[in-house]
Amino acid sequence: MTELWERTAADLASLIASKEVSAAEVAESCIARTNEVEGEVLSYLTLTPEAARAKAAEVDAAVASGEPLGPLAGVPMALKDIICTAGIRSTAASKILDTYVPPYSATVAQRLYDAGGVLLGKANLDEFAMGSSTENSAYQVTHNPWDLSKVPGGSSGGSAAAVAAGQAPFSIGTDTGGSIRQPAALCGVVGLKPTYGLVPRYGLIAFASSLDQAGPLTRDVRDAALVLQVIAGLDPKDSTSLPSPVPDYLAALEKGIEALKVGVVKEISGEGVDPAVQTRFREAVQILEKLGAQVGEVSLPTFGYGIDIYYLIAPAEASSNLARFDGVRYGLRVDGADVEQMNRATRAAGFGAEVKRRIMLGTYSLSSGYYDAYYLKAQKARTLIARDFARAYEEFDLLVSPSAPTTAFGIGEITDPLTMYLSDICTVPSSLAGAAAISVPAGLSSDDGLPVGIQFMARPLDETTMLSAAYAFEQELGPLPKPPLWSQS
Amino acid sequence: MGIGRQQVEHVAKLARLALTEEELDLFEEQLSRILEHANTVTNLDTEGVEPTSHSMPLMNVLRPDEVIPSIGSEAALANAPAAEDGHFRVPRILDDES
Amino acid sequence: MSQRDEGLVSSDQTLVTTIGLEVHVELKTNTKMFCGCPVGFGGEPNSRVCPVCLGHPGTLPTMNEKAVEYTTKIAMALGCDIAPRSLFHRKNYFYPDMPKNYQISQYDLPVGERGSLEVEVDGEFFTVGITRAHLEEDTGKSIHVGGGGRIHDADYSLEDFNRAGTPLVEIVSEPDITSPAIARAYATELRAILEYLGVSDVRMEEGSMRVDANISVAPPGERGRKVEIKNMNSLRSVYRALEYEERRQREVLRAGGTITQSTRHWDEKAAKTQELRTKEEAFDYRYFPEPDLVPLEPAVEWLRQLREDQPELPIERAKRYERELGLTPYDAGVLRSTKALGDLFEQALAAAKKADAKQVSNWVTNDLMGLLAAVPEGTKNPPLTGSNLAELVDMVVEGALSKSQGQQVLQKMIETGRSPRQIAEESGIKQVSDEEALEAAIDAALAANPDVAERLRSGDNKPFGFLMGEVMKATKGQGNPKVVSGLIRKKLS
Repeated sequence: MTELWERTAADLASLIASKEVSAAEVAESCIARTNEVEGEVLSYLTLTPEAARAKAAEVDAAVASGEPLGPLAGVPMALKDIICTAGIRSTAASKILDTYVPPYSATVAQRLYDAGGVLLGKANLDEFAMGSSTENSAYQVTHNPWDLSKVPGGSSGGSAAAVAAGQAPFSIGTDTGGSIRQPAALCGVVGLKPTYGLVPRYGLIAFASSLDQAGPLTRDVRDAALVLQVIAGLDPKDSTSLPSPVPDYLAALEKGIEALKVGVVKEISGEGVDPAVQTRFREAVQILEKLGAQVGEVSLPTFGYGIDIYYLIAPAEASSNLARFDGVRYGLRVDGADVEQMNRATRAAGFGAEVKRRIMLGTYSLSSGYYDAYYLKAQKARTLIARDFARAYEEFDLLVSPSAPTTAFGIGEITDPLTMYLSDICTVPSSLAGAAAISVPAGLSSDDGLPVGIQFMARPLDETTMLSAAYAFEQELGPLPKPPLWSQS
Repeated sequence: MGIGRQQVEHVAKLARLALTEEELDLFEEQLSRILEHANTVTNLDTEGVEPTSHSMPLMNVLRPDEVIPSIGSEAALANAPAAEDGHFRVPRILDDES
Repeated sequence: MSQRDEGLVSSDQTLVTTIGLEVHVELKTNTKMFCGCPVGFGGEPNSRVCPVCLGHPGTLPTMNEKAVEYTTKIAMALGCDIAPRSLFHRKNYFYPDMPKNYQISQYDLPVGERGSLEVEVDGEFFTVGITRAHLEEDTGKSIHVGGGGRIHDADYSLEDFNRAGTPLVEIVSEPDITSPAIARAYATELRAILEYLGVSDVRMEEGSMRVDANISVAPPGERGRKVEIKNMNSLRSVYRALEYEERRQREVLRAGGTITQSTRHWDEKAAKTQELRTKEEAFDYRYFPEPDLVPLEPAVEWLRQLREDQPELPIERAKRYERELGLTPYDAGVLRSTKALGDLFEQALAAAKKADAKQVSNWVTNDLMGLLAAVPEGTKNPPLTGSNLAELVDMVVEGALSKSQGQQVLQKMIETGRSPRQIAEESGIKQVSDEEALEAAIDAALAANPDVAERLRSGDNKPFGFLMGEVMKATKGQGNPKVVSGLIRKKLS
């Protein structure tokens, strides 16, 4: 007998709409489940059970009076704490925003609220989305539900863990260089990074403006399509938001993969990737072939430079985006004799080491005398990555690779920043090109029994092809085991 | 292609970060290694290549000049670490703005 | 303030003055540059703000369409090349009046470049190059508390972000200006153009137009050290500050000293420039393209339409008045000083049936200007219509009103907005030119003062004025003086 908290978002929406269960029951189930395992997983920075119950009651009233319901009416969710929620503390997992309560909600949050979503809480992350393990959170480290001694990945580690542990049927994370896909892979859930500009950034506490995108983490591909449908689309408050009409992602889901040309990207699928991960990946590729896809290999030489290019661009934009945290208008203030001292002391106390490191790196690469050699050069190299992608898409409809080079590593295992940065080698290139990408569970590693993900990358704005391929793969692969934590009751 | 100690201090000043001696040492070492790694980007031939300042080909995204009601001074000051007379209060400013 | 200025006729031929002006203009849009908050002056602190202009985490800028249009108009009026592709950049620096600690501005791809402005000083014309015109956002305002209210001895400061985000156009001149007088003329002309375009209130005392200058003095052929001058809050201050600084630099150089590259603050009360605390190093703004905004690529058709819609600019208007209407440079200068004034003049001229250009012009420059001085924004918004003004001038030219009666009526026109005929009728002001009626009055005056007639007939002209006065008294001041005196002479001849 499956508990309500075990069901997918699509199932729950359907059960609630058909009055088989009430939104209140669903909310209580998730709240109870959250409380049960939260002590071990530590997915959340802020829990909002009262708000959740209130919203669930609203949905139930709407159901009772026959009012039209949103596509996610009564479905509980977690939002990464980098997403501003009006009236609810939003910290970006940083001490510098410890007491910050936004006076407004992010567009993605508002769209989910309007669709009937029920907020369970704000999920943990690496501070300001900078990291690949969630160990950089100023508050707590989230534990991977598959093995509590391991990291969930990052930066959207809390979002991924909440879904993997059964605490929420879906969550929203953000992805700048892989921060949805890598934790999704490490936690055995689906994680989707939309085309840059498809999902509005208004209200996402900015890390790297030209790369940040919010996206869903879910238990299956259908749920990812369902949630994406709600959050995608033009937002006049975001000038980089795309005006193109949003297709019907659910309708296209069962298109299948036959005759689709799929390219394995050599540079991010072999060397640098853990052999056990490679094994699961190769098997996944074989499944695609079995389903009728025409699989080939493609070499995209600039992809090998992805990390270097990324780490010259993202920290630069971040160093500027984080300048606003100065103790003047909101957030932490540490007093000083004059305003400059106050700024310096506030930022020193408020930011963690990784954030400071990236601010330093970014400031340096933009500074006089270095701008041309670093930032500008990296932006030119980024154009080359986009060109490599464009070239590949002349031959292929989709590109694939593993989502991450390793399975979940141990908490405290990686202490060298550069080593940590290499967790992003598979995901960074599609971020730099603004392309759409999704990580789908591909099985468990034979080495450590931990989840491995396969990444599908599509042309910009071709989420439909990507989702249908991912769906076909997922259906063929069949159900995967749940984490040990799952059967804990 | 390392970054020297003086550079690190200068950058910390630009970024308004008060760093301890240990942090300066650590960052000097870490940033040098990261930059050395990142420096492989110079191997790429970018002759005649335009930088990607925006990944999607959008232009002329404009907002009509119509007033949207403000949030009001109470909401504006709600998160203020220090306020006085409806203003945000800050310690004395030494430098005149450039 | 002498018309002849030391800068133009330099007694010291061995030192050359080089001035560049940087003018910031607040645009008269409804909303801020990057958010929908209303733009304005004053008001309760932090009442015209929102998460965007407060720099809250997660907020994004959205470009004000009108601000882009106004900036393009300004650049066009200044003869600039309009960039086919223009970008916004972030200018990164920390300051408590900066909500994001970066200013969204423009760097190497501004809206307009390579323009020029022609100015006139005492009949001589000078062309000043315009390097660029670009669009950016204004900062908030700081109040320094304690000490003398100045930044340096303050105990703490208070920040108000009402102004933060106001659209600002920065206009940079080439260092082509060679004297304080030309500098003032440039700033004046620029202000007039902006007023004509209707893009700004250009009130220097409110800060909607701010002028900073760079000035260096050096022997010819040599490059001098630039000194930046700030805090010139009126056109007069621009002149005085630069004149002071030019003199100061000359004295330093003549005494064998050198000029330090620095920033100096103009102190209006003390009438001198004072060096501010100098920074150890030049600022590194780390400009990079603003990722939250997309490029501007103005459509050719839109640009063509803007060009077509551009009003006649002040200097063109003045030249046209001189050329086509035969007005003097002085008159033309007054009439073109605001768009509304020139429009009023032209409307009146078109409506006038008897009066010519010179006559209408005189009424504006001699009489109206004086009265408008007492009306707030009088020259920008004159409270009378062109047709009413025409009616008034016609009435005086016809003789229906005397000159002084006309002045009276004009005052009332400004106060009430009514037409001169209405006012004259209601107040019973009219000039009597009817000879019969006047003769009667003259006869009566002569009869009452027989000795006056005797003396006048005998060639003594002294009592003429007295007789005039009596006649004017009898006619309640409405007798047409010319007709009266003519009639008197006829009677006595």
